[in-house]
Amino acid sequence: MNILVLVKQVPDTSDVKFDERGVMIREGVQSILNVFDQFAVEEALRLKQKYGGEVSVMTLAPEQAKTAVQKCLALGADKAYHISDRAFGGSDTLATSYALSLAIKKAGNFDLIMAGNQATDGDTGHIGPQVAEWLGIPHVSYVEQVVSIDNGKALVKSILEDGYRMVEVELPALLACLPPTNFEYTNPSMSGIIKAKSKPYIWWKADDIDGDKSKFGLNGSPTRVLKMYPPPKRSRGTVFTENYQDAVKKIVEALMEKKVIE
Amino acid sequence: MSDEYKGILVVGEIYDGKIRPVTFQLVTKARELADTLNTNLSVVLLGHNIGEMAKEPIYYGADKVYIMDDKIFEPYVAEVYSRALSKFINNLKPEIVLIPATHTGREYGPRIAAALQTGMTADCTDLVIKNGRFVQVRPAYGGNIMGEIITPNHRPQISTVRPNVFKTKEPDKNRTGEIIQVKPEFDSIKIRTLIKEIVKTTVTGAKKLDEAKIIVSGGRGVGSKEGFEKLKELADLLGGAVGASRVAVDLGWMPKSAQVGQSGITVQPDLYIACGISGTIQHIVGMKDSKVIVAINKDPNAPIFNIADYGIVGDLHEIIPMFIEEIKRIKKK
Repeated sequence: MNILVLVKQVPDTSDVKFDERGVMIREGVQSILNVFDQFAVEEALRLKQKYGGEVSVMTLAPEQAKTAVQKCLALGADKAYHISDRAFGGSDTLATSYALSLAIKKAGNFDLIMAGNQATDGDTGHIGPQVAEWLGIPHVSYVEQVVSIDNGKALVKSILEDGYRMVEVELPALLACLPPTNFEYTNPSMSGIIKAKSKPYIWWKADDIDGDKSKFGLNGSPTRVLKMYPPPKRSRGTVFTENYQDAVKKIVEALMEKKVIE
Repeated sequence: MSDEYKGILVVGEIYDGKIRPVTFQLVTKARELADTLNTNLSVVLLGHNIGEMAKEPIYYGADKVYIMDDKIFEPYVAEVYSRALSKFINNLKPEIVLIPATHTGREYGPRIAAALQTGMTADCTDLVIKNGRFVQVRPAYGGNIMGEIITPNHRPQISTVRPNVFKTKEPDKNRTGEIIQVKPEFDSIKIRTLIKEIVKTTVTGAKKLDEAKIIVSGGRGVGSKEGFEKLKELADLLGGAVGASRVAVDLGWMPKSAQVGQSGITVQPDLYIACGISGTIQHIVGMKDSKVIVAINKDPNAPIFNIADYGIVGDLHEIIPMFIEEIKRIKKK
């Protein structure tokens, strides 16, 4: 089993702040490995344990994202591909998925490509399905578990709003993964962190991957951000601390006035 | 070049034998946009034995409904839907395509944008025409920032929109439109995905969270699985659904399908009653766009009070029954 996991470093959204013009205040904001991706890495490593083979990780990001990639190696991944070039600046999801698909083709033959279902920063959920489309392989989203791999097929559990599906997909395939609610993330061990330093870490520039360069970066991105702004704030409303009976009455009255209950 | 792209297309979804409500929500919004742009509005439905349902989008404002009726579309599989829709969209050439941001729409949708090599904007919370330009508004960074996104030179412009972001208007059953059968076209018919089993985890008869106009949601403060019974009683009385915070799901009090928040479902009901939920950022992201929020919590410093329109600091086990009584009293009148 040769598995590749696509990963991304993201700012920790629980402490991200923006100024009034919609510019991110970077100071004091930690960069972390996207939690959806970490789950995908851990699921891939579980498969490796069961079926053997190798787990590689890949990111398309500025150099500083190495910390997140290194964490994947420390968790047990065998090899890393880091594609970094100014040419990729301003990429939207179409341009990013295109460049990733080229890098994947160059990196070799993988039985399984895994990725987080979405990243907590952009939250588009586009990359997995779009990489699969560029590569012409099937994919399944919202994958909570890879149940088994047998006879060139993976059996996976994919979550729906009101339940789940058991899906069998032919390999090679891409799985966009969603951590189950009670998932406990592993912290890399000391020995894992030390071992990670001597694992193969491959850097590629735009010139290292074959493809249509006009589809890279901002030029290859159909979408443009017109502007960013802070969301309209919800303000603190009326809070009652006593006379519950009376408070309930007043609230129900107000809800009827607003026609949210009939 | 982009002039040959005309009209708006809404991709409808059939789920459990019915057209998903989000379809009508998108049609209602798309009608507004189509009127502003002075263009037409089409809907495409994929499924098997679609029958009379095909008329329904017309009642909400569609001019044409395209039907791709084939057993290949049942059950739903991403690679089949994305291939059939890519072909269809490439033939129809609409300038705007709206896709439901359901788990299925978020699965097949992005493949279509890649296949057509055009721009896609996920989870839009508003769609507006500004100076003749289609502007897609969406949150990012866990809802901490809003962005306005455009697709200036590529067509179609594709957006996904979550359920309940837009409201439907009363359907007009006298409205007429055209229903057109389309034979699905595929570049290749090799299907590599097989659905082995579909399992529903929502309680039978329970309202779907993403479709409910009123949600009564519980967190750690509810205290037990049994504690949710009172929340359910209130929800039933209001014709709503019961939701839960991640903690309540982790503790096994409610199924995963009831989880509101970043790793659960994003909801936007008219009324959200948060009971014993402190309001972590991950939870707030999933419900902050509710029209009215009511919070009940013992802790006066719970962050949920900062976004609630009405709050009561106190024990929900004492307060929820009061709500039940008050609603019953009013209903009697």
